[in-house]
Amino acid sequence: MSDKKIRVMVAKPGLDGHDRGARVLARCFRDAGFEVIYTGCHQTPEQIASAAIQEDVDVVGLSCLSGAHRYLFPAVAKLLKEQGADDITVVGGGIIPEQDFQLLYDAGLKAIFVPGATLGSIVDWFKTNVHPRA
Amino acid sequence: MERVKRIKAGDVRTASRLIRNLEDGMIEARSTIKHIFPLTGKANVIGLTGSPGAGKSTLVDGLVESFRKKEKTVGVLAVDPTSPFTGGAILGDRIRMQRHAEDPGVFVRSLATRGALGGLAKAVGDAIHVMDVMGKDMIIVETVGTGQQEVDIINHSHTVIVVLIPGMGDEIQAIKAGIMEIADIFVINKADREGSSKLRREIMAMLDMAPPTAFAAGWRPPIIRVENAFEPEGFNKSLEELSSTIEQHYQHLVKHDLIGSRIRRKAVMELNEAIRTCILEPVLNRLIADGETERMIEKLINKETDPYTLAEDVARRYLKDLNL
Repeated sequence: MSDKKIRVMVAKPGLDGHDRGARVLARCFRDAGFEVIYTGCHQTPEQIASAAIQEDVDVVGLSCLSGAHRYLFPAVAKLLKEQGADDITVVGGGIIPEQDFQLLYDAGLKAIFVPGATLGSIVDWFKTNVHPRA
Repeated sequence: MERVKRIKAGDVRTASRLIRNLEDGMIEARSTIKHIFPLTGKANVIGLTGSPGAGKSTLVDGLVESFRKKEKTVGVLAVDPTSPFTGGAILGDRIRMQRHAEDPGVFVRSLATRGALGGLAKAVGDAIHVMDVMGKDMIIVETVGTGQQEVDIINHSHTVIVVLIPGMGDEIQAIKAGIMEIADIFVINKADREGSSKLRREIMAMLDMAPPTAFAAGWRPPIIRVENAFEPEGFNKSLEELSSTIEQHYQHLVKHDLIGSRIRRKAVMELNEAIRTCILEPVLNRLIADGETERMIEKLINKETDPYTLAEDVARRYLKDLNL
């Protein structure tokens, strides 16, 4: 029987080694029944975009706690678009001030999760807004 | 077919989507395989297996590096386990291989087992075909962390590498059947740790006791020591040795006309697998959809009948020619 699974990539762009949150999320997505690709810390936007395409994920979740999200998140979205993969949903999370939200939405991000977002609410957002390809 | 053309041109997006559709058991993906199957059989397929944490992904990364130096293109299929409870999976083998993420000559794809028990995912066989048709010279298949019995990798590989680490148990482990019998090459990984000479002696003793027929045309599995991956000089040297041993093994298979038997082994497996997919699965799905599975389970729980009577009844209805 055809069994379509949601595939998620959890990625940490840039020089930020704080991956506890990313790992907790990876685990929580696993428990939600998703297939999760985790690529580890210190990734360039190019590595992330390329891996997302090789893995054919439905969604890329970017985590950044260093303050470089204004550059790194849009860079990933742009690279995916350039490679014809803008059907891959991009979301972000981390220490992100509210005044940066619009810039990230304009860059193509579909959601931003900041401290206080519960695991349940993130999973719910994924289940509602991410659909395994047609 | 447009899609086949794109895959032949090496298009990663198309190939990765096809692999996904195969994983998801979509029937239209099957029809693409019908088109590409005749084009397959060019790549050299290497299987890596061993216990969880033995260092398989790191070795794969090292092999990719060494194959790339020889200007060979590489595909990697890395399998990690699916949770039997939630159906979810964390696919983390890629972490060790991300330095190759931007190299267009390398295509790494992670797969979850999705209930398969042999150490691989059901879609691995077809995914190998896809990478083969993309023109990858070398395809490396990394199994899940295996125990003793998960030996499906032999059905797909020209060369099987069994990765062991020191301190995994006494010598009885080495004479057990299963995983220790399938190696074309042994790697003692993390060989700078205590116990590696003992492990080497145990493997040697096991090989010494094997009947001569165990070594195809005289290929006695070599044992390669690989030390700490954080000391690049020694590590890279060992990986060069591993990579040239793989090459020698392939030449050995060609020289002694053994490739044919490996291709045959894969054909047998693929046929059985396809028959299961095309006959068994639709029947099981129908029984579930009709609610009949549930009714049969109830009957078994209440001891009204037995599993064989029920299965024979199903077979009589769906497979009329079997004369049951």
